[in-house]
Amino acid sequence: MIAAGSRGIIAPRFRETRMKNTNLALTLIAFATAAALAGCGKEEAKPVAKAPEAKKEAPPAPTPSLEIKLGHVAPLTGQIAHLGKDNENGAQLAIDEANGAQIKIGGKTAKFVLLKEDDQADAKQGTTVAQKLVDAKVVGVVGHLNSGTSIPASPIYNQAGIPVISGSATNPKLTEQGFKQQFRVVARDDQQGPAIASYLAGEKNPKLVAVIDDATAYGEGIANEVEKTLKAAKIKVLPREKGTDKTTDWKAVLTKLKGRNPDAIFYGGMDATGGPLVKQGRELGIKAVFSFGDGACTDKMTELAGQAAEGMLCSQAGIPPQAASKRFLDSYKKKFNVDPILYAPFTYDAANLIIEAMKQANSADPAKYLPVLQKISFAGSTGKIEFDDKGDRKNAEITIFTMKGGKIDPIAVVKGGKTSSYAEFLKSMGGG
Amino acid sequence: MDIFLQQVINGLTLGSVYAIVALGYTMVYGIIQLINFAHGEVVMIGAMVAFTVITVLAGGGMPPLVVVLIGTACAVPVCVLVGYSMERLAYRPLRRAPRLAPLITAIGVSIILQHLAMLVWSRNVLAFPQIIRTEIYELAGAAITNVQIAILAICMLMMLGLALLVYRTRLGTAMRATAQNPQVAGLMGVDINRVIAATFVIGAALGAVAGVMVGTYYGVAQYTMGSLLGLKAFSAAVLGGIGNIPGAMVGGLLLGVVEALGAGYIGDFTDLCKVAGVSDWLTERCAADPHFILFGSNYQDVFAFVVLILVLVLRPSGLLGERVGERA
Repeated sequence: MIAAGSRGIIAPRFRETRMKNTNLALTLIAFATAAALAGCGKEEAKPVAKAPEAKKEAPPAPTPSLEIKLGHVAPLTGQIAHLGKDNENGAQLAIDEANGAQIKIGGKTAKFVLLKEDDQADAKQGTTVAQKLVDAKVVGVVGHLNSGTSIPASPIYNQAGIPVISGSATNPKLTEQGFKQQFRVVARDDQQGPAIASYLAGEKNPKLVAVIDDATAYGEGIANEVEKTLKAAKIKVLPREKGTDKTTDWKAVLTKLKGRNPDAIFYGGMDATGGPLVKQGRELGIKAVFSFGDGACTDKMTELAGQAAEGMLCSQAGIPPQAASKRFLDSYKKKFNVDPILYAPFTYDAANLIIEAMKQANSADPAKYLPVLQKISFAGSTGKIEFDDKGDRKNAEITIFTMKGGKIDPIAVVKGGKTSSYAEFLKSMGGG
Repeated sequence: MDIFLQQVINGLTLGSVYAIVALGYTMVYGIIQLINFAHGEVVMIGAMVAFTVITVLAGGGMPPLVVVLIGTACAVPVCVLVGYSMERLAYRPLRRAPRLAPLITAIGVSIILQHLAMLVWSRNVLAFPQIIRTEIYELAGAAITNVQIAILAICMLMMLGLALLVYRTRLGTAMRATAQNPQVAGLMGVDINRVIAATFVIGAALGAVAGVMVGTYYGVAQYTMGSLLGLKAFSAAVLGGIGNIPGAMVGGLLLGVVEALGAGYIGDFTDLCKVAGVSDWLTERCAADPHFILFGSNYQDVFAFVVLILVLVLRPSGLLGERVGERA
């Protein structure tokens, strides 16, 4: 489930991008309209965005008030619109709580306004709304949901000097561009490989592991990380086997592996190819533990492989929303009448981080509060948050799942190289 | 040895599906010298239709075998319709056109069918409902499943049936006559249009069954699944001698086995550490990591095309083909 968002830049997003291409005409029209609107906005020297609505909300306050505009971007239409809304709710909750607390910044009562934008999980749309938010003079952005939209949008925010915190974009490239104002509160994809490998090594004690990948940047990358970690733990790894991202016939590869009799098999790839892999492996009578990255960490594995998927291991960046702090879960439920689906705790934390940094810097000026944000240490709903030099979260959590009764079920959380069982982790979150 | 046997079993299962699809290519080629590149798409549509039907019926409490049979029973007429209209609308008007025109049309039809399927069934990888319980049997140390046995048996039966049709019925005689010389066959009272349409229809029906088998065997279907399968089956047809029906059967089975053995053993054969003594650099490299594999199992898909090239260079008429040289 987390995979839908976290896979961001990989296959599914490309598919959607291509779909957009077929609707080129439509997109162009939309684009032209948006451009025209933006043009009007500039002439009037007033941001069009959602400013009128925001103004209505601001009541005449006795003490001078300061309106602070923050942006939030996620797909609000299309296949993962529900995840976008979930992210947006998380950020909105933080904003409402901050407004309720009557925070004083620079002697004035801060009035936070969230400008909510829809990037349709589309790279082009992502840059368009990023520019729109910059033009609307937002001083901080929570988003975007996908890596595939976050990365192209990031130079635009960087040029405008606006701090951006993503709660769900896991592609390493996002924070590898050297942008000082780019952050994320969720783990990176390349932290997953070491996490699942150390879990395998620690819990399953394999003597020999086979590593397979689908020859994509994602699959090969995560498989390399797994192999490195396993070798460092003095576990023998068989020569790498490869398929493609379209391979459905794994029998030849698996038969070869069966002859070597590995204790565990790791596959770096998507569920569409991973499902047939585990199914055919069991058909050949391979008893090894099958393990996967987030690309194959979905309930779809059961649809694809049936009973054979039971007991497989897989990892996802971040933590399941149920593992977030109780205070967050309760107020989210109270406000929106639903439970958070996926990354809402992370966007909630992201928005709170910006607010907290402003509070500590006593300014809503990005240039003033950014240095504070870089050094911040904040107890969020997903645990303690600190950033490293790149803007990635220090000791971000990776959750290990197993397939149980056709659903992926969290069993452990790996944080900073340490594995704790899911129950222990929940307890530690409840205590903190 | 059991690993080798296992690879052969895998190869034969895959190969029998190639053979069935290759028959579709070879029959059409034999009769009108057209390489019907849209045939892989027909197989895909067969799988897709079966997917829809099986998904709808899966929860209904019917025995799994009946559900799959109904799925096949729906896939076959749809594919037959597609095959017939393809011939009627796209190829028949071009029958007297230069050879290149219908070939390009075939590629066009293939793209059209693929995109139609995309519109109907979306771009997603569709998961076939896992309704058939896979039973695993031991065979001299190798595992074979009930699904594999069924695929092998169905393919053999279909090949037998086709052979009977071609060599023992009036329609078969008319088909062979048309293949030898359409003009003369026409003069002898053979309705050529009907015979050609029948060829497309039979090929499409076989393709539909192949599609259902691929879908239920691997458990996945996607609108792009036909292209690679089609190309490999085409290679199999060329390997056996395109235009030659027993050739397609032999070529398909052989190609499946070559692919399975190739993917299974290429890594071992191209492991440079086996000859580590040749250079100091290699010795050093192999001391750090005991394997240095030049070509891995990801080259599995390449074998079909290496075979295709080798056949075209060394024996253009294929294993069993004779008269193809001057007609291709």
